[in-house]
Amino acid sequence: MPDPRTPAGAAPARAVAMTPADALWLRDLVRRRSAIVLDESKQYLLDTRLAPLVRSGGYDSVGELVAKARGGDRHVVGLIVDAMTTNETSWFRDTGPFEALRTVVLPALVRERAAERRVRIWSAACSSGQEAYSIAMICTEVLPPGWSVEIVGTDLSPAMVERASQGRFSQLEVNRGLPAQHLVRWFTRDGSHWQVSPQLKAMTRFREGNLAVPFTDLGRFDVVMLRNVLIYFDGDTKTDILRRTRGVTRPDGFLFLGAAETALGMDVGWYREQAASTSLLRPEGAAPLGPVRTRPGAVTGATGATARTSTTATTATRPSPARATAPAPTTSFVPRSRPAPLSLGGR
Amino acid sequence: MHALVVDDSRAMRRIVAGILTTLHFDPVEADNGVTALAELDRLTAADDLPALACIDWNMPVMDGLELISAIRADRRWRDITLMMVTTESEHGQIVRALAAGAHEYLIKPFTADAMADKLRYLGLVPAEVGA
Repeated sequence: MPDPRTPAGAAPARAVAMTPADALWLRDLVRRRSAIVLDESKQYLLDTRLAPLVRSGGYDSVGELVAKARGGDRHVVGLIVDAMTTNETSWFRDTGPFEALRTVVLPALVRERAAERRVRIWSAACSSGQEAYSIAMICTEVLPPGWSVEIVGTDLSPAMVERASQGRFSQLEVNRGLPAQHLVRWFTRDGSHWQVSPQLKAMTRFREGNLAVPFTDLGRFDVVMLRNVLIYFDGDTKTDILRRTRGVTRPDGFLFLGAAETALGMDVGWYREQAASTSLLRPEGAAPLGPVRTRPGAVTGATGATARTSTTATTATRPSPARATAPAPTTSFVPRSRPAPLSLGGR
Repeated sequence: MHALVVDDSRAMRRIVAGILTTLHFDPVEADNGVTALAELDRLTAADDLPALACIDWNMPVMDGLELISAIRADRRWRDITLMMVTTESEHGQIVRALAAGAHEYLIKPFTADAMADKLRYLGLVPAEVGA
């Protein structure tokens, strides 16, 4: 099996190798610039993240790339820091948190924020913005008309903030985890790229932010997505980030970490709660969610089997898309179950 | 679990089938819409229908869009998940394929990860496999 990240039919990445001294220098560079700790167990990150730079820059090896950076080429240094600190991302990455957001967290906020009719969500380490825009898509489905939502994406890398703000994605990027019905509903084709709709852009804003230093001017959030990024930091920094995140989360808010991440012993001030198939963190003192209320047609189950059952009503009309009369299927994101074919009737 | 791979390019069929094999599918192949329908008839007779069909758009004899319409018109095949796998990447083409009855749409070139993402979303691959 070739590298799963190499497009089928594309030339494979050139073999790259770096010396232990190169690796040490790179780890030190990244640590100085971002407080991100890449110990030897993260060597694979150096290899996989720098391979595209070697290829696109026409270098013969990663050694040559590093030599250029060590020689003082600030442009190359910037590219390396960007590559090493960029959070890997795709649309609706891991379905569990998005299912929880859609079926538990946002409905809870609709009840709790009925007076304000406003929700603020932080996508921390937002990379090129896929998570933030995915959240925006879900908000359009779940929040009642008249509500306002602000999704703030922050990233260490100015290049990523710029990219996320543009909301312009390559073909390969929209292939990663973005359901086709969402693609045609929320994007327009622009040459070889896809442009996110003005409606989603209006719900999001992106700015630079370093998780390792105090958060300023962020305001307070109802939901914080801090997924798959703590792994880069050492224990003390993790504890500190979680403590400061508590400070920007409303007392009854929600914090999502990555599926494989535990914050055991570092999550002072938080408690763990189950929401759909995902566990999330709540500020200590927040009222537990309690039993999930079921809305007709909503996916509340923790398993794929339940999700399938709940879509039965929709799939029953499936064989003949022409006579499908269900509400436009593009409005419902049903993770891990098959969507009904798109109905163009009445659109 | 069978998966039908329909593409007139033998190289592309091999790539798609290879990825599906790593995701624990048992691929069967066809090189256009007509041979695909014959393959489906054969599998139906053997009571061994595929769970998934990955269908190229541009093929001789019968193209992928016609094939999707034909599969959707036959009640025996209503449980087969259909994914268009094609270089066609215009907005309007994707809408056409979805309207004809495709459940998902994967644009070439794609990565193995991208295909696994789609199948995971469709509920055909467990969350932990190939993640």
